[in-house]
Amino acid sequence: MKKTFHQIATIPGAGAFLALVLACTFFSFQSDRFLSGQNFSLILQQVMVVGVMAIGQTLIILTAGIDLSCGMVMALSSIIMTKFFDSYGLNPYVSILCGLAVSMAFGWLNGMLVTRIKLPPFIVTLGTMNIAFAITQIYSGAQTVTNVPEQMTYFGNTFHLGSTTLAYGTILLLGLYAFTWWFLRDTAKGRHVYAVGNSPEAARLTGIRTDRVLVWVYVIAGLFYGIAAILSVARTGVGDPQAGQTDNLDSITAVVLGGTSLFGGRGVVLGTLIGAVIVGVFRNGLTLMGVASVFQILVTGILVILAVATDQMSRKRG
Amino acid sequence: MKLQKTILAVALSSVAASAFAAQPIIGLITKTETNPFFVKMKEGAEQQAKQLGAKLLTAAGKADGDNAGQVTAIENMIAAGAKTILITPSDSKAIVPAIKKAREQGVMVIALDSPTDPVDAADALFATDNFAAGVLIGKYTKAAKGTQGLKIATLDLFPGHPVGIARHNGFLAGLGVPGVTAKTTDLAKPAQVVCMGDSYGDQAKGQTVMENCLQKNPDINVVYTINEPAAAGAYKALKAVGREKEVLIVSVDGGCDGVKNLKDGVIAATSQQYPLKMAAYGVKAGVNYAKTGKKVSGYVDTGVTLIAGKKLAGVDSKDAAFGLGACWGNK
Repeated sequence: MKKTFHQIATIPGAGAFLALVLACTFFSFQSDRFLSGQNFSLILQQVMVVGVMAIGQTLIILTAGIDLSCGMVMALSSIIMTKFFDSYGLNPYVSILCGLAVSMAFGWLNGMLVTRIKLPPFIVTLGTMNIAFAITQIYSGAQTVTNVPEQMTYFGNTFHLGSTTLAYGTILLLGLYAFTWWFLRDTAKGRHVYAVGNSPEAARLTGIRTDRVLVWVYVIAGLFYGIAAILSVARTGVGDPQAGQTDNLDSITAVVLGGTSLFGGRGVVLGTLIGAVIVGVFRNGLTLMGVASVFQILVTGILVILAVATDQMSRKRG
Repeated sequence: MKLQKTILAVALSSVAASAFAAQPIIGLITKTETNPFFVKMKEGAEQQAKQLGAKLLTAAGKADGDNAGQVTAIENMIAAGAKTILITPSDSKAIVPAIKKAREQGVMVIALDSPTDPVDAADALFATDNFAAGVLIGKYTKAAKGTQGLKIATLDLFPGHPVGIARHNGFLAGLGVPGVTAKTTDLAKPAQVVCMGDSYGDQAKGQTVMENCLQKNPDINVVYTINEPAAAGAYKALKAVGREKEVLIVSVDGGCDGVKNLKDGVIAATSQQYPLKMAAYGVKAGVNYAKTGKKVSGYVDTGVTLIAGKKLAGVDSKDAAFGLGACWGNK
């Protein structure tokens, strides 16, 4: 029994999955409204912004890095998208592309500072987090952009699947996870990400150009933040300069809960999805039970510590 | 009354004491730089300072709740020579020691919008009566929906915040819920309130809370919201299930975007407050203090007006056009 527990504990994301199942079981006994397709669809919609952001965060953490700027870059991207349309009358799709370009540019900047000036990712992204935040506020005048075209809210629309309604954003979320999962598992470039995170020196000696891998990981992460921005605009129907303020930590929470090691090189992106969903499940479930939202924060805190403790223990034995 | 006295005093003093050549320095510290409410407050202070020839310093916490940032700002402003500091405390208790230090150095400190705890830690408080603001929309709800068969969701601020508690309880008192008064210190939860959640005054979070509330109780027919962004979020959640027409959404704030939403039928009624006035009166009081050495004291109500899309019998309200003209104290 003890042995099997440790074997399970060494599979990244297994703990998170177990926690998710337990939480769902608990809540389904507490509220008869919890266990329905409609409710799960809702939870997925609520976590889609952080969920997509957390894909980028996972890639970076796999390289033993961390990205504190993701929430602010997402907010900037969403303001660029909506304001380029609103202020300059730009075509909505062109505006979206501009937003994506800006978030990728921030990723590139992060990557260059990490690889060329050899600054720790924590410091670099702490800096770019503030820069992105400030630009967002200055450019938007701290005003919410309310004039948002239909093309930008597409992913907030829903369609029927039996008796449940699913959002297109949810499909995009799941698709992006499936793609990243395949990419990390089955492509050479994907394996390079793990190699760089495990041991940059060993990776370099085997001929992997580690700096290049790092830079494109940050750029791709930036792309995911841009996609998260699209989803944020689609979900709320506005460009909100106040958005994303806690999303950097929420995305890290999802990654950590999902069993990806903060020391790099170990983890599965699908675990991150489970991690993001767990947070959504608690928020939803506790509301259904009529429990104050601070308890959700309490539970999340405990789960994070348990997740990292499990990770540490499995490393020692590993 | 007090306000008029203040204004009168300022007018008189500007004649009597124009010999004081030094430009008075006034500091304004808001919770954040970014919340539109505080942006408006800053605008009001800037206009008034310009008019009265005062120098205005501004600062803010990094985020709502950033007490350390506000303490630093107070210290910096005293260092810069400010004799009056206007502050919207992020943390009503934690800011008190820093305010005490400032007052010991002869600085007049006026709390804007949110009180300190205890209230008399600051020289004066210029703010909306949030309980009264809640009562107005409570009465409107009663006139629109009666008191029977109400299924209410409340989208509150965040745990323990006095403004959130005052508005919430005011709303229930206006509805005629017995036993709820301005003295009630936590969020009242009578039987007709079927779901409560914290929106943090944020649209996305408001939407999430409302979605979850609808899961819990699909036949909610009244939604009280702490402010209009939360109301917009609630509306989105209701629209997703096709119930936006039959559910009454009421709110507090009266910002320009909020009144536009009211005009578009998103919100039925809102209690409008006037941050621009809070700041403008604060600057006036500060200039007066610099010139005459007279401090203001006590609570000054900066007023609240019920703005409603549809006038109802027995409830005094103004329409959206008035609300847009006056949003957050434009006039």
